[in-house]
Amino acid sequence: MANPLYRKHIISIPDFSREELELVVETAGKLKRTPRNDLLQGKLVGSCFFEPSTRTRLSFETAVQRLGGDIIGFADGGNTSAKKGETLADSIKIISSYADAVVMRHPKEGAARLASEFSSVPVINGGDGSNQHPTQTLLDLFTIRETQGTLENLTIAFVGDLKYGRTVHSLTQALSLFGARFYFVAPEQLAMPDYICEELDEKGIEYTIVDSLDDVIPLIDILYMTRVQRERFDETEFKKIQGQFVLRADMLKSARTNMKVMHPLPRVDEITVDVDATPHAYYFEQAKNGVYARQALLSLVLNETV
Amino acid sequence: MQYTRTVEALKQGTVIDHIPAGHGVNILRLFKLAETGERITVGLNLSSRHMGAKDIIKVENVALTEEQANELALFAPKATVNLIDNFEVVKKHKLELPETIEGIFACPNSNCISHTEPVKSFFYVKAQNKDTKMQCKYCEKVFSKDIVAVVR
Repeated sequence: MANPLYRKHIISIPDFSREELELVVETAGKLKRTPRNDLLQGKLVGSCFFEPSTRTRLSFETAVQRLGGDIIGFADGGNTSAKKGETLADSIKIISSYADAVVMRHPKEGAARLASEFSSVPVINGGDGSNQHPTQTLLDLFTIRETQGTLENLTIAFVGDLKYGRTVHSLTQALSLFGARFYFVAPEQLAMPDYICEELDEKGIEYTIVDSLDDVIPLIDILYMTRVQRERFDETEFKKIQGQFVLRADMLKSARTNMKVMHPLPRVDEITVDVDATPHAYYFEQAKNGVYARQALLSLVLNETV
Repeated sequence: MQYTRTVEALKQGTVIDHIPAGHGVNILRLFKLAETGERITVGLNLSSRHMGAKDIIKVENVALTEEQANELALFAPKATVNLIDNFEVVKKHKLELPETIEGIFACPNSNCISHTEPVKSFFYVKAQNKDTKMQCKYCEKVFSKDIVAVVR
């Protein structure tokens, strides 16, 4: 029987069942332990970045090539027929007639869902505006499983910009399928949006909104840091909140031994560099895991069995 | 009743009655009823025993479908939709909130891809507590129905 993700579009985390998320995570683990260079042999993947990206594009392209596949595409929509006014619907119809799958990033929300309606091959969303970035969530889940040995019943604190951070929203939705408990640590202006809290309420998931990062450190398995962008505040406001959402090595003394610090990167100053040398730092390994998570997803979408 | 004297009886078509006062013009606009080219009679701020004041729309020779009637339920849940044939009511639509709604409202998110591509808008409708929420199929943003209904 074909795996449940075979020839499926990968658009949004809420589309995934718990079993499908587990399948990607397990496959990523297998590919990290035992690399394969044959799973995409003879496959051509369209890499369509209508908006520039560094890590996502490079890790997708690495994933394809390490698995023996080939890549066509572009790294910036400015050089494509989109600039001449072609609709995304038309562009995708054509590109999907060349390739076996299309990986895309686009500045507008909903672009990947729309593309999936016009594409003859699977579309994989590499980020659509402020909406979804499902492969980031898959690599986050893989990293959490790798460090904790399970996805079940973990306690996670999200820190920083919880309002605009799409990775935070998707990861909360995904982990809520596994009985997670959450702490949200954010300035009032960047609090977790109501719709996410309402979803958690509906599912009976426990979450606590806290002011202090220090208070939650001894209680958690994962500390997920995000960047608070200076431009979202005026200068005085920013100075007031600046120090509150910064992680320093000395704050980690009370942490559990299994606790890992994650960050979708790029970091600016919310994690000081002295944290890098602690056994809790895991953000660079997390970024590396992006390749394995994307390898897993591409292999599952393009092969009946892996 | 007073409105039967002020609004002429309909031989054939659809009567949308018990629209909350103030919403009649909105409904005309959103459902593009004027674009049918048929004769339309609109009564605004008519007195109603149950509602105090109400609006009413009569459209000649157009039969509203079940689906269209349910779309009305979004902002006039207590409206009645009667199909008329030869001055007789031949069908009363019972309004139920639709599960999805296509092509009526534009997505309030200005950065949603649906505005610039050859697709109809599409929302999933969810009753939540006392509010009705609408989620755009494309950008996945969730809006209160009152926000969606005013954007055009």
